[in-house]
Amino acid sequence: MVGKNCFAIASDRRLGVQLQTIATDFQKIYKIHEKLFIGLSGLATDAQTLYQRLVFRHKLYELREERDMKPETFASLVSALLYEKRFGPYFCQPVIAGLGDEDKPFICTMDSIGAKELAKDFVVAGTASESLYGACESMFKPDMEPEELFETISQALLSSVDRDCLSGWGGHVYVVTPTEVTERILKGRMD
Amino acid sequence: MESVFGLVGKDFAIVAADSSAVHSILVHKTNEDKIMILDSHKLMGASGETGDRAQFTEYIQKNVALYQFRNGIPLTTAAAANFTRGELATALRKNPYMVNIIMAGYDKDIGPSIYFIDYIASLHKLDKAAFGYGSYFALSMMDRHYRKDMIVEEAIDLVDKIIMEIRSRLVVAPPNFVIKIVDKDGAREYAWRESIKDAPVPGV
Repeated sequence: MVGKNCFAIASDRRLGVQLQTIATDFQKIYKIHEKLFIGLSGLATDAQTLYQRLVFRHKLYELREERDMKPETFASLVSALLYEKRFGPYFCQPVIAGLGDEDKPFICTMDSIGAKELAKDFVVAGTASESLYGACESMFKPDMEPEELFETISQALLSSVDRDCLSGWGGHVYVVTPTEVTERILKGRMD
Repeated sequence: MESVFGLVGKDFAIVAADSSAVHSILVHKTNEDKIMILDSHKLMGASGETGDRAQFTEYIQKNVALYQFRNGIPLTTAAAANFTRGELATALRKNPYMVNIIMAGYDKDIGPSIYFIDYIASLHKLDKAAFGYGSYFALSMMDRHYRKDMIVEEAIDLVDKIIMEIRSRLVVAPPNFVIKIVDKDGAREYAWRESIKDAPVPGV
């Protein structure tokens, strides 16, 4: 979700195999650099492989360009990597959030073959995406300050995953402003 | 169906696996060792397709040894787990290994750890993990009785409770189990839990 000169990105914490929950502390949001985060929902193995490939590509980019990648550029990179596997895709839906030029918040999501969807307010992905669309649409207001943005995204996340049996077991929220990154764990319905 | 489970204790990690080698309705043997000792301080319990299990665990064991020969120092448990995940992930879209792995290790500065790696190469560090039909019973028993920092006796007691549960509640329950432990003194076989003994094989 986008706020006033900041953004927040949140995920649930469940790692499961169909009906069985394996872990309740699985990380789905990864930091690419101080002002760029990617959340990867979907198949855990593909999320891990894709993350490793993206870190590799970004480190090479940093070495060559001597600067961090802009979020828009990174989104194009992710889209390209996903479309490369068009006929044998990674079963992941990424959510990318970052602060671009002049710390302007940028968010986008993609399907598993790299179709970018840019938005000005919020983007969602995962098994609870329909619930998330509804919750975010009703709770979102433009230009929220970081504290209010944290509250809003947390409530939207928790209420949506409570309606989905495959999501939940807590929440993980990052709120990123130009000066700091705040990471918080949410305790929701642990079921 | 094959069961493997593992848990982390105060300064050790335990992995237990059933020891039946089954082909369709026939039980070939009941003392198959499915927990490979990778090096002095690492264990890998594996379940799944028999050929893949035997080949893949041996492949990982030899590569772990190769690293130590080449570089003079052993891999950490995390590094070995990530290497294993990498091998499974690379093979996944070509010729997947149908092997589920619980890797346990002891590192001097980190202590004991176990890693859950399923057959499609999802990796996660955990305190307690289980695979197979037995996992339904093992995970529930561990959720109830497991505490952080258990001593060996308490952990073995929990493992025995789990084995009892699997034996009594699973319809095609494996009769025998092997338990291995890894701690600061190294990785070694701890015990067998046998309710059926195979006829001893005559020496050649």
